[in-house]
Amino acid sequence: MTTTENPTNAPAPEIGRDRRRKEDRRLITGRTRWTDNQAITGLLHLSIVRSPFAHAEIQGIDTSAAKQVPGVVGVYTAADIGADAVQLPCAWPITKDMKAPQRPALAGSRVNFAGEGVAVVVARSAAIAKDAAELVEVDYAELEPVLDMEDALKDGATLVHPEIGTNANAQWVFDSGEAGSGGSVAEALSAAEKDDDQVVIHRRFRQQRLVPVFMEPRSTVVDPTGEQLVMWSSTQVPHILKTMLALTLGLPENKLRVIAPDVGGGFGGKIAVAPEEVVTLLVARKLGKPVKWTETRSESLLTAHHGRDQIQDLTIAVTKDGIIKGLDVKLLADMGAYLGLVGPGVPILGAFMFNAIYKIPAYRFDCTNVFTTKTLTDAYRGAGRPEATFGIERMMDEVAVELGIEPMELRRKNWIKHEEFPYTTVSTLTYDTGNYEAATDQALQMFDYDGLRREQQERRQRGDVKQLGIGISTFTEMCGLAPSRVLGSLDYGAGGWETASIRMLPTGKAEVVVGVSPHGQGHETAFSQIVADKLGIAFEDVEILHGDTQSSYRGLDTYGSRSLAVGGIAMVKAAEKVIEKAKPIAAHMLEASEDDLEFTGGKFTVKGTDKGVGIADVALAVFAAHDYPEGIEPDIDAHATFDPENFSFPHGTHLCAVEVDTETGFVHLHKYVCVDDVGTVINPLIVEGQVHGGLAQGIAQALFEEAPYDESGTLLSGTLVDYTLPSAADLISFDTANTATPSTTNPLGVKGVGEAGTIASTPAVVNAVLDAVRQYGVKDIDMPTTPFRVWTAINSAKGTAGRGDEADVASPGAGLGSTASDISKGDTQGGHL
Amino acid sequence: MARIRTTVDGLVYEDDVEPRMLLVQYLRERLGKTGTVIGCDTSNCGACTVHLDGLSVKSCSVLAVQANGSEVLTVEGLERDGQLHPVQQAFHDNHALQCGYCTPGMIMQSIDLLGDNPDPSEHEVREGIEGNLCRCTGYQNIVRAVQDAAQKMKPGAHASTSSSAAQPVAGGGA
Repeated sequence: MTTTENPTNAPAPEIGRDRRRKEDRRLITGRTRWTDNQAITGLLHLSIVRSPFAHAEIQGIDTSAAKQVPGVVGVYTAADIGADAVQLPCAWPITKDMKAPQRPALAGSRVNFAGEGVAVVVARSAAIAKDAAELVEVDYAELEPVLDMEDALKDGATLVHPEIGTNANAQWVFDSGEAGSGGSVAEALSAAEKDDDQVVIHRRFRQQRLVPVFMEPRSTVVDPTGEQLVMWSSTQVPHILKTMLALTLGLPENKLRVIAPDVGGGFGGKIAVAPEEVVTLLVARKLGKPVKWTETRSESLLTAHHGRDQIQDLTIAVTKDGIIKGLDVKLLADMGAYLGLVGPGVPILGAFMFNAIYKIPAYRFDCTNVFTTKTLTDAYRGAGRPEATFGIERMMDEVAVELGIEPMELRRKNWIKHEEFPYTTVSTLTYDTGNYEAATDQALQMFDYDGLRREQQERRQRGDVKQLGIGISTFTEMCGLAPSRVLGSLDYGAGGWETASIRMLPTGKAEVVVGVSPHGQGHETAFSQIVADKLGIAFEDVEILHGDTQSSYRGLDTYGSRSLAVGGIAMVKAAEKVIEKAKPIAAHMLEASEDDLEFTGGKFTVKGTDKGVGIADVALAVFAAHDYPEGIEPDIDAHATFDPENFSFPHGTHLCAVEVDTETGFVHLHKYVCVDDVGTVINPLIVEGQVHGGLAQGIAQALFEEAPYDESGTLLSGTLVDYTLPSAADLISFDTANTATPSTTNPLGVKGVGEAGTIASTPAVVNAVLDAVRQYGVKDIDMPTTPFRVWTAINSAKGTAGRGDEADVASPGAGLGSTASDISKGDTQGGHL
Repeated sequence: MARIRTTVDGLVYEDDVEPRMLLVQYLRERLGKTGTVIGCDTSNCGACTVHLDGLSVKSCSVLAVQANGSEVLTVEGLERDGQLHPVQQAFHDNHALQCGYCTPGMIMQSIDLLGDNPDPSEHEVREGIEGNLCRCTGYQNIVRAVQDAAQKMKPGAHASTSSSAAQPVAGGGA
């Protein structure tokens, strides 16, 4: 083989390097561009008057006192600015007969959740606007709140939206028997009930309501004074927002520009066309002046969309030696008062994930979305997949307990073996690659699983106040949303492609315009590494441009762990096009045939010679354009759109040990190990950081966070005093590692990492908590497993357990020591809180 | 309106402010010091942490008038001659930030912590920054960064970059 490659000049590969982030310098020195930082001369400030009632008729609004406040420019009800006629968009009509009630930007005649906006005040300062908002008098006639999903579906229930005649939004069903991807669950369950060698186990799990709690409160500034109306917004989805504003408000899209400047976290919570964004726009247009709205944290907790909130009924048929024969899943999913941008589809994403990493021959998923008079729910980190993973991984431990099988052994018996990939699941997805054995073996070793099991036994035997519990979660997720055709088949309102453009500057630097939109992920760093490698230019010479529809006109933004697995591939494709366009020009410059050229390390060289030109030389040559081949354009810039052929399927094994103080119910994280396979790693530092943050959020669901409502429909966690985010003192250092089976459906082999930690960790922690206290007769504890709940569960179970019902701590389930013998459908859950 | 005179990041300012104006509002809205941010309204998150006369305070819990006659240091005033403060550098080196919204407050609190305890254990770091919330990092790399900075700031270096005498301010404890 002839080669002219000069190894001494070849730059070290960027992909795989733990580059420190380009983004950091501005962020650690305070030179930031948060939306609320915007200060435009003449800027007005908007404050929203919100309903204190969950469900009420608006009988009148008196704005006269507010209008008298010096500095107030205007006070508007919904009708004054046409906000009651707006239909905020839902992009995911999951069924043909889905009920989609109108969601106005401000309530006109009826409010449907506490916190819904009913009027706005615009003033020269935010403080004046807030003061004046206090003076707006709204006359409400209270209606019955609708709070419980099961009650809401009963005949005669109060209706959130009487005009649609039901509180059911939609019912979505997948049945593997009907789909031809597996057997009939009904048959599998009835066969199991007649078979002495099988058992049927039913469990009900509750996915509590959570709040994403991005650290930067939402903010929007609209400047209508230019030819294009400009909206700065703290959003994950500037492109979708622009198109949806055009469609929703009937504005010409060419007259809109949306900018997502620095965005301080999102976690799904900023995937929205928010009523406040629309109202700010309407007011700015009405006044012809720039207007800013920035929420308080309390407003954010009350009105920015929530996540999760499901009742899960799982029924599993399994042989007594632990082979799963069928899984039936029935969900109720709380939509809240209205449908968010993708809200109804969130639980449906879980439909493909309840079967998880297991070979399940028959599967049925039946989800009913329900309206209540609560804040609406929509995407929160993982979106449907954490709920599904929790359901199946909790169920695997329940099966292990019932059958007396070691819980990891049970999983091994059922998961897809590494040699069985690619594997088409019972829910019709084809997993391209994975190796559950490798990740698990490494995790068990890092965790010292056997050692901790021994310690657990010792503590039990000596009756230690602090009991050890060990929890497992072996998970997979579908990432890289998404193949457009698949989204089409699910009735989603858009595609799942992503776009990138590369602009080669005359000095050899590159600007890469991307359609994904970061809010903390480190895109500028990771994407620079990819493009630097592909074009053979320096990491520092790549500039990633994003988040402004004027520079990046085409994109579908950031969510669903798609930025790398879809957006990153668009960059690779664009770089390949740059090289293809540069090749004839390089050949011309080298007076060689294109066929004799090869491109390595940023340089075109003539095979068998030391003659070569760099990509920077070509960029300069087409800038001058004095001498280039006939018949081609003097331009090597390129644009590419990538539509994935499949999702990607990261997976991993998460192991958690907790200490439960049996006197106080306090749960202390003792050890957490996870080994994640996210495919090829572009930047290990960023991957590790994503896992850490994801773990913190998933653990927080298990132990700390909940957004409960009282009987009148008032949110009880309306401040950060009550919605208890973990602090540094509440968490421990995690032991993380990676295995890698590169994805075969994209050229980088990447899979996505943004959601892994959150999806996997919640069941690992809850399984651990239960593992510590099952010995007392506790069967379940609702999340979050607060000290009060754990203490109550222990004490009520101890109080009810018969003396002959002691735990079998020596069973093969080791720490799982089951007390249950009710291996039957519909068992009652003693000790359930 | 009340007249106040403060030194912020080394510059002297005189302004008339509403008595109810919070220090963080004064910094952001009047001085354009938008490096300091607001994350909540109940003094839980710590995103607005600055130093007041050498001690960390949540600037949402201090009135601007309380800063009269005082010296305020924000994240924007940490660099010296283009050199990052060791804690800023450690946050970068250890990937201790993602979205960066909590970062100014987290850095200011960490500097204060290292002033009190130049060689904190992991546990002491976690306790020392528990008044500052981060939603992105899970805190692990923040803890690493603070301990890394502590090592870099040895020997004998004091963490505080404020030149003024440390005087506790009523109501300003973070």
